[in-house]
Amino acid sequence: MTSNERKGLTRRALLARSVAAGTLTVIGAGFIAAPNAAWALEVSVISEHEMATLLQMARDIYPHDRIADRFYAVAVKGYDAEDKKAMVAEGVAALDAAAKAAGHADYVSVGWEEDRVKLLQGMEDSAFFQTVRGGLVTGLYNQKEVWPLFGYEGESFSKGGYINRGFDDINWL
Amino acid sequence: MVAKFDLNDDSVVVVIGTGAGGGVLSNELAQKGVKVVALEAGGRYLPEDFINDEWESFGQLAWTDARTTSGDWRVAKDFSGLPAWIVKAVGGTTTHWAGASLRIQDHEWKALTNYGAVEGASLLDWPIDGAEMAPWYEKAEAKLGVTRTGDRAGLPGNNNYKVFEKGALALGYKEVHTGRMAINSAEYDGRMACQQTGFCFQGCKWGAKWSSAYTDIPRGEATGNLEVRDHAHVARILHDDSGKVTGVEYFDKDGALQMQKARIVCVAGNSFESPRLLLNSASSMFPNGLANSSDQVGRNYMRHMTGSVYAVFDKPVRMWRGTTMAGIVQDEARHDPARGFVGGYELETLSLGIPFMAAFLNPGGWGRSFTTALDAYENMAGMWIVGEDMPQATNRVTLSETKDQWGLPVANVNFSDHPNDVAMRNHAYARGEAIYKAVGATRTFPTPPYPSTHNLGTNRMSEKPEDGVCNKWGQTHDIANLFISDGSQFTSGAAENPTLTIVALAIRQADHIASEMAAGNL
Repeated sequence: MTSNERKGLTRRALLARSVAAGTLTVIGAGFIAAPNAAWALEVSVISEHEMATLLQMARDIYPHDRIADRFYAVAVKGYDAEDKKAMVAEGVAALDAAAKAAGHADYVSVGWEEDRVKLLQGMEDSAFFQTVRGGLVTGLYNQKEVWPLFGYEGESFSKGGYINRGFDDINWL
Repeated sequence: MVAKFDLNDDSVVVVIGTGAGGGVLSNELAQKGVKVVALEAGGRYLPEDFINDEWESFGQLAWTDARTTSGDWRVAKDFSGLPAWIVKAVGGTTTHWAGASLRIQDHEWKALTNYGAVEGASLLDWPIDGAEMAPWYEKAEAKLGVTRTGDRAGLPGNNNYKVFEKGALALGYKEVHTGRMAINSAEYDGRMACQQTGFCFQGCKWGAKWSSAYTDIPRGEATGNLEVRDHAHVARILHDDSGKVTGVEYFDKDGALQMQKARIVCVAGNSFESPRLLLNSASSMFPNGLANSSDQVGRNYMRHMTGSVYAVFDKPVRMWRGTTMAGIVQDEARHDPARGFVGGYELETLSLGIPFMAAFLNPGGWGRSFTTALDAYENMAGMWIVGEDMPQATNRVTLSETKDQWGLPVANVNFSDHPNDVAMRNHAYARGEAIYKAVGATRTFPTPPYPSTHNLGTNRMSEKPEDGVCNKWGQTHDIANLFISDGSQFTSGAAENPTLTIVALAIRQADHIASEMAAGNL
């Protein structure tokens, strides 16, 4: 039984809201996935809702529209762990409470990024927010697979450096 | 054959640290026939071991043992356990450094005389000057193979440099070039030329950048007079009843406490670890720590006035390609109080990869203001600002409540900017942004200082014993056979990247120690 069910939230309601938010889908016990099924993430310790919230939060903290959800999923999957469970539960509950106070069902169902960002700004100094944000700095940007999306070429020694590969090829000055 | 000295051999010189100061000093002494035991806290890594990956390399090379911070500098908030980005390895931070090799300018050696007293600053003149240092600089430049010195050509400019140069020239700057760099523009001293690989900060895999790890250290070992013990963490320096130092205690690679006897001890652990070691060596005879009768050990910590300016353009730059720091504007390095501050600064090209840009562009920053900057990474150019900061008695290294893995109190680094530092940084930000706007930048980022790499001044040189820790030879005022051999000797910071001066001082100190030993004075 997930913590959401314990709180009286049904998986059906969760599913409906996630779909309504247009980003993530709870596809079964312990899974959430992209609507286009490009990736799926299994959770075993925290709830699907909590993981869906972390994913949305990650996108809102470091939004890159050309970077797919699956990279953010990699960055936050480590929170599905016993030693993170309490922090996540408390943090997501606080975020959802703030969303409710602003007239929304919960954080992930807030439609506009700028409205979600306002909720995050309200908890910017919390340990939960700072832990998630700090973890993303390496969790997201140190994935070699995202580097090409920024144009960054990474390791170059094995290719002989750039001495014959454009270290001075700028042509618009 | 590599030497192996007995722990009870009290004829050896013990050098603590193997970077620009300790590594060079060890080799120079060994070349003169002096027996040296060099103790290095880190491990051995050579070009084949270096990694073209920012975080992985950081994990391999950086000093990440505990340190604590205080003061109002932003590093204390954003990187509270990491006041410095320096290296724990044989070769020290000479594996990480960018290679910029500039001489301290004549007026900077006499900062107090030339700037006058500055309120809140503990400015002092060095007990040496440019004329005294000129021949040692020449030796250091030859050792390091510094470009644009001797008959060595400059490096070619990369994309990041070309943007920087065009903007600087448009503003009327005259001293604009690809720097005086300890990175080979042509094969030199058995090391190959720069291959424009980038990743200079992660250790040069070609060996084109000078590092003591693969030059001075093996050459010293080849004499048979130098033994380097790696993974040797020095805990304290010992002394006898006469107040002379007699040896050092260190934890070896197995964690066992060893004691190496010594005729002379030279401390070159950088400006955090060197004063920490002197303070941790307190005894009943020296209750405030060794060489600290002046209460100056740990004080006057300087880290250079730094910052960065990044800028985004409407077309690609690809700043990461090529040498990380081969580009400089020197026009602002002059002393011209009309700008609203004393001393000056250099502007030097710099790039970071995406992983470090995310960590350092605006630490703690988030949201679209931050991410749209990274989205434009390919179109970004960057420069680093390095200028003279004011020594302040309260900016200091003290012993922390926190203990390290050996149970020894770690260094606490307290730092707050002086108003002169702030005025200079703001001036530099404006000039850096103007350089990029002159080439069509669509957005600029005045980026805060990173964890410090230029750590200076915590055992400063002084003419009078009451003003500092060591004399003009790096010899401590209090203890004749105890020397300071790293950047902690710096009396003032000057505007220049400090490594060349640390190397020149080490060559000069080796000459002095060897001749004093020969004369029977040490």
